[in-house]
Amino acid sequence: MSDWGAVVTGVGVVAPGAVGRAAYWDLLTAGRTATRGITLFDAAGFQSRIAAEVDFDPAAAGLTPHEVERMDRSAQFAVVAAREALADAGLEPGQTDPERVGVSIGSAVGCTTRLEDEYVMVSDSGKNWEVTPEFATDHLYRALIPSTLAVEVAWTAGAEGPTTVVSTGCTSGLDAVGHGVQLISEGAADVVIAGATDAPISPITVACFDAIGATSRNNEDAAHSSRPFDRDRDGFVLGEGSAVLVLESREHAARRGAHGYAEIIGFAQRSNAYHMTGLKPDGLDMAEAIEIAMRRAGITPDMISYVNAHGSGTAQNDRHETAAVKKALGEAAHRVPVSSIKSMIGHSLGAIGALEVAACALAIETDTVPPTANLQHQDPALDLDYVPLAARKNVNDIVLSVGSGFGGFQSAMLLARPGLASRK
Amino acid sequence: MTKNRRTVFSGVSAIAPNGSTTKEFWDATLNGVSGIGPISTFDASGYPVRLAGQVADFAPRDSIDGRLMVQTDRWTQLGLVAAARALEDAEIDPAALDEYDMSVITATSSGGNEFGQREIQKLWDKGARYVGPYQSIAWFYAATTGQISIRHGMKGACGVLVGEQAGGLDALGQARRALVDDATTVVSGGTDAPLGPYALACHVSSRLLTERQDPVRAYRPFDAEADGYVAGEGGAIFILEAEDTVRARDAGPGYGVLAGYAATFDPRPGSGREPGLRRAIVRALADARVDPSEVDVVFADGLGVPEADRAEAEAISAVFGARRVPVTVPKCLVGRLHAGGAPLDVAMALLSIRDSVIPGTPSLGELAPGIDLDVVRETRQATVRTALVLARGFEGFNAAVVIRSV
Repeated sequence: MSDWGAVVTGVGVVAPGAVGRAAYWDLLTAGRTATRGITLFDAAGFQSRIAAEVDFDPAAAGLTPHEVERMDRSAQFAVVAAREALADAGLEPGQTDPERVGVSIGSAVGCTTRLEDEYVMVSDSGKNWEVTPEFATDHLYRALIPSTLAVEVAWTAGAEGPTTVVSTGCTSGLDAVGHGVQLISEGAADVVIAGATDAPISPITVACFDAIGATSRNNEDAAHSSRPFDRDRDGFVLGEGSAVLVLESREHAARRGAHGYAEIIGFAQRSNAYHMTGLKPDGLDMAEAIEIAMRRAGITPDMISYVNAHGSGTAQNDRHETAAVKKALGEAAHRVPVSSIKSMIGHSLGAIGALEVAACALAIETDTVPPTANLQHQDPALDLDYVPLAARKNVNDIVLSVGSGFGGFQSAMLLARPGLASRK
Repeated sequence: MTKNRRTVFSGVSAIAPNGSTTKEFWDATLNGVSGIGPISTFDASGYPVRLAGQVADFAPRDSIDGRLMVQTDRWTQLGLVAAARALEDAEIDPAALDEYDMSVITATSSGGNEFGQREIQKLWDKGARYVGPYQSIAWFYAATTGQISIRHGMKGACGVLVGEQAGGLDALGQARRALVDDATTVVSGGTDAPLGPYALACHVSSRLLTERQDPVRAYRPFDAEADGYVAGEGGAIFILEAEDTVRARDAGPGYGVLAGYAATFDPRPGSGREPGLRRAIVRALADARVDPSEVDVVFADGLGVPEADRAEAEAISAVFGARRVPVTVPKCLVGRLHAGGAPLDVAMALLSIRDSVIPGTPSLGELAPGIDLDVVRETRQATVRTALVLARGFEGFNAAVVIRSV
């Protein structure tokens, strides 16, 4: 295996149905779903009225009134997740040279909820094109520029190294974590606080997915509406949340005797250059990303124990992704469990990739594969093992996570049990 | 191992308020022609800020078909046009290259905000059914990278970095990484168009924009009368290639080399620790293996806010010594273009190398007290082999790149 990589030494999660890492893994391995009728706003006029919402009480999560005032919901999620990850890693502020600590936070739509809320105020509910700036709150500029998500995490961690927001739509989470590992591998940082956040459950986001028919309209059965790989799926279910990881160089983690959940050993991105939302059924570009990630990690398909799928719940994705996994893994594709946690926590756009990497780290730690919930009737055109309904014990030495998103972006990441590389 | 092969800028395309093509922009800049003026795209009489740097004669319809026009925000149209011109400038036909060898990595600060405002207005004024099908692909921050990738068939690793004004340099750093990995050709840089009525209202809340109304004396980096900046639109897109790729295709030598890059973040407010800009400069120079004495010009960030100007001057002086290196802020002619701003500075650095000239900072009257810099006021002839470009993003981002002659 190659030298490229980093150790995951801390995990923090704010997810639908589960604030906190332990609650999150409990939800996923129990196969519970967190999708429900939208409560965050009155969704009566919309076609899709379902979402996977976080029951989030900022004060209970430790945020001060001032922090709540200056941060969009997505930033609040990220800060709470980052605090949990830092505490989990046992990384005290000041323990590491702050100049050697970086931040890489993914987000697809930034502070869109705050932007919309304030827009309503300054435009008299959409009546005015020229708005009234004096009606804006003090922190509105912080909502316009999603870079503030990384600012908040950097302040949380006391980081003074390379800091950025990675915003590649629905692959933002995987790409931000990949970028964090890159910063460590090239020597620009010893520690990177990496993850992603999104809080897109607002009228404009729901409306824009309504307009293209991308989201599920199974409003009568919201709890079972996210149905990846099932013949009865009818679109993805919008989610929200954040996962933040503490990544460390192998040397830095070993030096302080840190517990590693997993090592990230490979990552690759490709684009389909085809369509902003469409996917070709051949899955060739995602397969290319998976193959390059394996090559960079120095592993072969038979070494992969589990595939954490993009599994968004659209027919287009299911065909595309299944073809990609089969192309990249060959015969091994038929022996490896493949599951989609979006069946339980929905699709939180840019955040989901980081939530999935967090799930992969926990899957390795606990040797458990989370299931694909709601998978009652597998689409007959799909022929992999999608782990229906119930979690499964499995020796998870090496795990693959894939993502696919608007813009045509395809990403693949490989995680391994800590120390596996040096034992080979 | 190809880690040390150099990263060459083989194509440049700038679109700026004082010139919508590279040549027009450069001529205007060397002649001190400003592109800052009263906001003309909407009625800003209710705004405390009345000036902006607007690209007046940008005609995207000439090169972007109608179908794509309705699917894209102005920020993406700026990126698409600049990317096509940069490819032309580099004499590259993407169709002739392996699609997986080409990457697109751009920066943005605020995405497709005017498109987004229009759709949110429809939603709140008329109802959910009036939101169009392109909102989902036009306003999000990855739209420009995605559209450039699709238009030119570029299937390598793509990226979008956000760090307000500093993000434009982070994109170039990321482009260099892609070339180290496996790409041969990267379209990179940044554009922004944050002048829609709502975006500008958001920006006003930062309290960093000047409320002056005289275009010539509004945005005055390092000046004793500096009191904020003017926002602008535009940016620059480049073609970056590994040096062996440029040589192999028998093209010209290119404009210059991306010799060094570094990024840092400021300490938490109130920590009393030194801001991160000096470290970014030191690291970028070390990355480029360049001694400070070799730097011929610094394109400064020049926020135009007194405290920030002083902090930047201190960082520059700490590395180079007081008044030891020419410093210039030609962006006083166009405003701050956010993610497009630093790439525009890089374009100027490359053209300075080509033409042996340093563009000036005509807005400067008297240096603010405590700023001990050799600020270039008037455009001057000078051999430029090595340029340093600095950028800072709102609330703590710092980035620096070193550009050298080929």
